[in-house]
Amino acid sequence: MNPPVATPADLAATSRRPVDPDVPSAGEPDAPGSARTSRRWFRRRPITVSLVLAWLVVLVALLFALVPGLFTDYDPVRGIAAEKLQAPSAAHPFGTDQIGRDLFARVVYGAVHSLSGAFVAVLVGLVVGTAIGVLAGSLGGVVDGVLMRIVDVLLSIPGLLLALAVIILLGFGTINAAIAVGIGSIAAFARLSRSEVVSVRRSDYVEAAFGSGGRFFSVLWRHVLPNSVSPVLSLAALQLGVAILAISTLGFLGYGAPPPTPEWGLLIAEGRNYVATSWWLTTFPGLIVVAVVLSANRISQSIGRSS
Amino acid sequence: MNRYLAGRIGQAVLVLWAAFTLSFVLLQALPGDAIMIKFENPELGLSPDQIAELRLYYGADQPLILQYFQTLVGFLSGDFGYSVETGTPVIERIAEGLPATAQLATAAFLLAVVLAVTIAFVSSYTRFAWLRTVLLGVPSLFVSIPTFWLGILLIQVFSFQLGLVPTIGGTDAQLLILPVITLAVPISAPLAQVLCRSLDEVYTRPFVSVAVAKGASRQWVLWRHVARNALLPTLTIAGLTIGELIAGSVITETVFGRNGIGRLTEQAVTAQDIPVLQAIVILAAFVFVTVNLLVDLLFPILDPRLKGRVGVSA
Repeated sequence: MNPPVATPADLAATSRRPVDPDVPSAGEPDAPGSARTSRRWFRRRPITVSLVLAWLVVLVALLFALVPGLFTDYDPVRGIAAEKLQAPSAAHPFGTDQIGRDLFARVVYGAVHSLSGAFVAVLVGLVVGTAIGVLAGSLGGVVDGVLMRIVDVLLSIPGLLLALAVIILLGFGTINAAIAVGIGSIAAFARLSRSEVVSVRRSDYVEAAFGSGGRFFSVLWRHVLPNSVSPVLSLAALQLGVAILAISTLGFLGYGAPPPTPEWGLLIAEGRNYVATSWWLTTFPGLIVVAVVLSANRISQSIGRSS
Repeated sequence: MNRYLAGRIGQAVLVLWAAFTLSFVLLQALPGDAIMIKFENPELGLSPDQIAELRLYYGADQPLILQYFQTLVGFLSGDFGYSVETGTPVIERIAEGLPATAQLATAAFLLAVVLAVTIAFVSSYTRFAWLRTVLLGVPSLFVSIPTFWLGILLIQVFSFQLGLVPTIGGTDAQLLILPVITLAVPISAPLAQVLCRSLDEVYTRPFVSVAVAKGASRQWVLWRHVARNALLPTLTIAGLTIGELIAGSVITETVFGRNGIGRLTEQAVTAQDIPVLQAIVILAAFVFVTVNLLVDLLFPILDPRLKGRVGVSA
């Protein structure tokens, strides 16, 4: 490998990770060390608030998915024709759409489609990617070389195009879209888990475990995996946000769940025809997506830092 | 150095060949007669004779291994087969869309660089802590915005509410401005993040302390000593964003109804036009690999310190 260039996966993994606001401000190189530490201490507080907020948003989104009836009394699919295209009000906090369906109800009931899709996608990427990475990292040699070149190839095709190629193969639909997005994230998981395994494997306690007669898979399971898991979890949280975005994109393009499913991307696509008159139809579902993705990224960042 | 060059180019060619093979397996081998899926649909009402004729036309009647080599030779000589949807050569359809997409992508990339540099340098230079905090939060917001939603939002605000930009019948520049912003925002985020981080990193180096100790002004230190060193890691990321630029143009062109490669991709998926999609996937991989190869080769030229190291490792 060539030294000046970091591996694409490392960069992709770090580049999407939100900037760490906790780094001491290097903008003033003349600031004395003591002042910097005290300012860091001060900065801790708003950061914790944002983390709590992030968990809260994710929790609410999960509740949307699990018990939608708790949040709204309206039906997400059947509308009241007399109440069509109403602006947001106390009765309809997000307004109503072209056939009188309550938009808030559709967003709430849509959470299950968007979130479960994202979970499936991350699961596919996590399981397949980690398997490839752990195998490559622990076996080394030719297997490592071949597997990592395959990962290079996956990285050279833009994620969306790869997803579209898989979708054209599998057909349209929620699960197919989720699998397609998941395949796109295999490369990132494989790269990360391989580098983790390689670094853990070289450590003394793993050598010791082998030395005291541990067999390959038992050492892998008991020592290597638990110690490589935290960064992988951080990436999983990050990929969850990425997957929500990707799935809503596929839904928007019309390759995900079919109408009248209230999937978030599809909601925005449907509202697009009324963009001149009914701004709320596209604005609110989009804001919800932004909030959830932002929160997933924030949580990923906190897991990454604690490791 | 020459050995390094040859090795690096060989590696790029290998990745491209593997990408081609992957796309062949995924799009032609796995679905069986991928090209024929569309025509065997009973709704089209084609007779078995007509289908057999079409199989011959698209070369779907040959054994898989032969198809593989034929497709490979075709791709190498610029023949991407025929579009299932229109029956015209794929290369013609791609050539039609390429200028518009290249224009959009180039403009968006330049705007993304300007955005990223502004965010990073202002946040690094400012003496206001709140401004720095706000600016550092901007990239993480930018990566969380769905591109298609941003496009719709921009149309909503600037075309319909404010009436500043016409959606149809404007000049070329007017029609380009909103798509360029839409595409630039997600691209600028990783650039800004890496630039911010490497600015911070370079500030901790001893040569910066030396410059400060000698009495250099903040401006002088930032421009003469820090900026030049911090820009290099950003170049690597810039190469990697090419993939996102291509993917983003699919969405942007669909939202704004611009005819280009992105729109062609969307139409190809909807119409199950596999030859077109395959050609676009290979084209995207080719652009990605080539740009990143160029970035790698540019590195030792831009940073003379790397020259020796590259030579040794190759």
